[in-house]
Amino acid sequence: MTSLLEMCAITKEFPGVKALDNVNLTVARGEIHAICGENGAGKSTLMKVLSGVYPAGTYDGEIRYDGQTAQFADINDSEELGIIIIHQELALVPLLSIAENIFLGNERATKGVVDWRETFRMTTDLLDKVGLSEPPGTLVDSLGVGKQQLVEIAKALSKDVKLLILDEPTAALSEHDSQALLDLMLELKAQGVTQIIISHKLNEVRRVADSVTVIRDGATVSTMNTRTDDITEDRIVRDMVGRDMSNRYPPRPHRAGEMLMEVEDWSVWHPEHKDRQVIRNASFRVRAGEVVGIAGLMGSGRTELAMSIFGRSYGQNISGRVKMHGREVDTSTVGRAIESGLAYVTEDRKSLGLILEETIQKNTTLANLPSVSRNGIISEGEETRVAERYRQAMNIRTPSVFQKVMNLSGGNQQKVVLSKWLFSEPEVLILDEPTRGIDVGAKFEIYNIINSLSEQGKGVVMISSEMPELLGMCDRIYVMNEGALVGELSAAEASQERIMSMIVTDVVDEPAMGAAE
Amino acid sequence: MELAENKRGNNGGSLVQYLSKHLREYGLLVALIAIMLFFQVVTDGTLLKPVNITNLFLQNSYIIIMALGMLIVIVAGHIDLSVGSVMGFIGALAAVMMVNWGWPVWATIPACLVAGIVIGAWQGYWVAYWKIPAFIVTLAGMLVFRGLSLWLLEGQSVGPFERSFQSLSTGFIPDFTGLGRPNGTALVAGVIAVMLIVWLGLRQRITNRKYGMEEEPAAFFWARTIIVSGALFYVMYKLAGFRGLPNVMISMVVLTLIYAFITENTTLGRRIYALGGNEKAAKLSGIKTERLTFLAFVNMGMLAALAGLIFAARLNTATPKAGFGFELDVIAAVFIGGASMSGGSGKIIGAVVGAFIMGVLNNGMSIMGIGIDYQQVIKGLVLLAAVFFDVYQKNKA
Repeated sequence: MTSLLEMCAITKEFPGVKALDNVNLTVARGEIHAICGENGAGKSTLMKVLSGVYPAGTYDGEIRYDGQTAQFADINDSEELGIIIIHQELALVPLLSIAENIFLGNERATKGVVDWRETFRMTTDLLDKVGLSEPPGTLVDSLGVGKQQLVEIAKALSKDVKLLILDEPTAALSEHDSQALLDLMLELKAQGVTQIIISHKLNEVRRVADSVTVIRDGATVSTMNTRTDDITEDRIVRDMVGRDMSNRYPPRPHRAGEMLMEVEDWSVWHPEHKDRQVIRNASFRVRAGEVVGIAGLMGSGRTELAMSIFGRSYGQNISGRVKMHGREVDTSTVGRAIESGLAYVTEDRKSLGLILEETIQKNTTLANLPSVSRNGIISEGEETRVAERYRQAMNIRTPSVFQKVMNLSGGNQQKVVLSKWLFSEPEVLILDEPTRGIDVGAKFEIYNIINSLSEQGKGVVMISSEMPELLGMCDRIYVMNEGALVGELSAAEASQERIMSMIVTDVVDEPAMGAAE
Repeated sequence: MELAENKRGNNGGSLVQYLSKHLREYGLLVALIAIMLFFQVVTDGTLLKPVNITNLFLQNSYIIIMALGMLIVIVAGHIDLSVGSVMGFIGALAAVMMVNWGWPVWATIPACLVAGIVIGAWQGYWVAYWKIPAFIVTLAGMLVFRGLSLWLLEGQSVGPFERSFQSLSTGFIPDFTGLGRPNGTALVAGVIAVMLIVWLGLRQRITNRKYGMEEEPAAFFWARTIIVSGALFYVMYKLAGFRGLPNVMISMVVLTLIYAFITENTTLGRRIYALGGNEKAAKLSGIKTERLTFLAFVNMGMLAALAGLIFAARLNTATPKAGFGFELDVIAAVFIGGASMSGGSGKIIGAVVGAFIMGVLNNGMSIMGIGIDYQQVIKGLVLLAAVFFDVYQKNKA
């Protein structure tokens, strides 16, 4: 195999920082090449150099593409040669149709007049290729994330793609959709499309990639060939973090104290569709010091369960009881839920968890301002002290607590959200995908924080799509499917296979809730 | 995002870095002073004559008072296009109450403020609880209240008013010292104000140092303090040479201080910024976002009512056209003052300085005899330039 792309000695400097330091990347024609690295390692910067977001001349080094030196002035230049990036945050227009999105900026038109028949015909062909059976006129808005991802790929294919770059393509996808996407990648490979995948999920990397390049701190650490080299996940992890991570989940003695929270017969209906039940008679309990997991596919209703309990922030016509210490409590508004001792760390920290334009300090105290104020007047000194205390306890890496949270990495942002909720002094914390989109090192720190919460006798409910994480962290796991808790497994009983089998044997005829999707 | 973490360590440091980070705040002050000096020169010193300084306060008081409320509405992520009509309506209401119905002044003023609160509540209700965009609700309000004032006044001007009502705007604080001219009260107030500024500034510096917050370099602090106190004392001295402190200036200053305190130091203020910064996150943090939005409009209604009373008192008559187009001046003042269109940021003091910039431009250009046509063009360009500067700064960062 000859190489399609060679990036030689790429160095990219920002004022005061070397983001890339002599990075080399060689991608062979027709292969799937994985790039792994912690957040902030420089993966995205490298891809921006490749695609012309950082134009030629703003970096050192050479890009050779298809045997020629490439000098891209902007994205259009790289797209013309068939290099197409699909970003983690999808770039689709929600209120336009699939067909309109696919040909956006590339309309099938003569003299500015769109040829809709041609557009729809081509869209149908493209959707066939990516295995999406939706009418081309469907609004993107009404599709789940998984299907939107497929639309993005169809859009790439419409541009005659030669090198397809997928940045964390499965980060927001359910297990099922992820598998489908990986299958599609393999199929595209068979058709000769060279691909680069950036991913945190090592099992996926192992499944599809022909070679793996690991980047750490802006430099290439290693390049491995999955066929000839003996690659283990541990080896990749070691290269990524630069240390041995034999134990990805810090151990914790099993503790289960008194009963803290009991949820009984919880039922919730969809906020817009009155007749659609999203949560069906869910009951679960959490003891002091326990970490309880909720496993399930995306759209199974886990987030909806948590949010409806936490101040009825989701759904309508909610029924059921929440008890703390055996006594029924009122959680009908967020304020009351907080008073009852609950905290909910959202799945989507950027849009639901943080005020990005504000400082760490102001985010930390937001859910419990009365504690740093007297008669409604905030004591800035006290507030700073609190923020500083959590900065140290959580090891938030920042020059000061007066830094805006938008300037922090994902892992550090998540620590700020955790700080905010710990400062509200809850008894039970519901953590919704607490490690999504953050790197291995920061994940480990989050796990340690969870363990210390357990040690303090708090109850933790952990919702996660990563089963190994649930298996590694939880004392007990509830399995959720189609809005109902269909099973409960102790840590000893639980395994990925048993959880999956509980989900697949509990087949309900109705279509999926579609709530989260 | 990836870089941010690596940038640690080069925070603070040299004066240039500090200045470039806070260019907007200093820029606003420098712009106001530059504009004043410019007009002082081209109007041959008319701008800063005691009588004209008094006029500047009288002319801009209602804009500034409404800008306080508008800042809060804009920080909360909304807008209020109806304030000009509301102030016109309240002025009309006050006139009809006093002139046609013979109500006493002491009853009219509170009744009108309550009317303003009710109007604010009406608009806030639709925005907060029905999630109708504020742009639409207040556009409707703009038409409704303009129409209502026409109806109330039956298309006529109503006036004049009693002296005690007029003194809302045109009255002056009596001279306690008996000096007469220069007015002793104004001088004493000037000295006290300067001392307060220096004392509060120093106290803030001590607090900042104690908690390791970012410190303004000493040179900047003293330069700013000296310029601000110098300008302040100069203004007071000039006012002392005319009739002393206008009543309306005192109400304006007191309101500004109260609102600055609320927005910067109270949980209420913090929650409004949180609401504007990210409504969903604020809600999930237990903040009653609907009620806060509602209150922001109630407050705006009250301040618009107060502005309406002051405006009517100043003209000594209520006309159907009173307040026409004022919402634009108020909104422009807030944006010139550095508030963000998307909510979550902006300062009271910025809005006040922004209003003064607009006011000095109006006043200076009128003295120069520039036609209303050019005045509008220039004010429009100043607004655009100020916001461009914001956006440019943000992109550069």
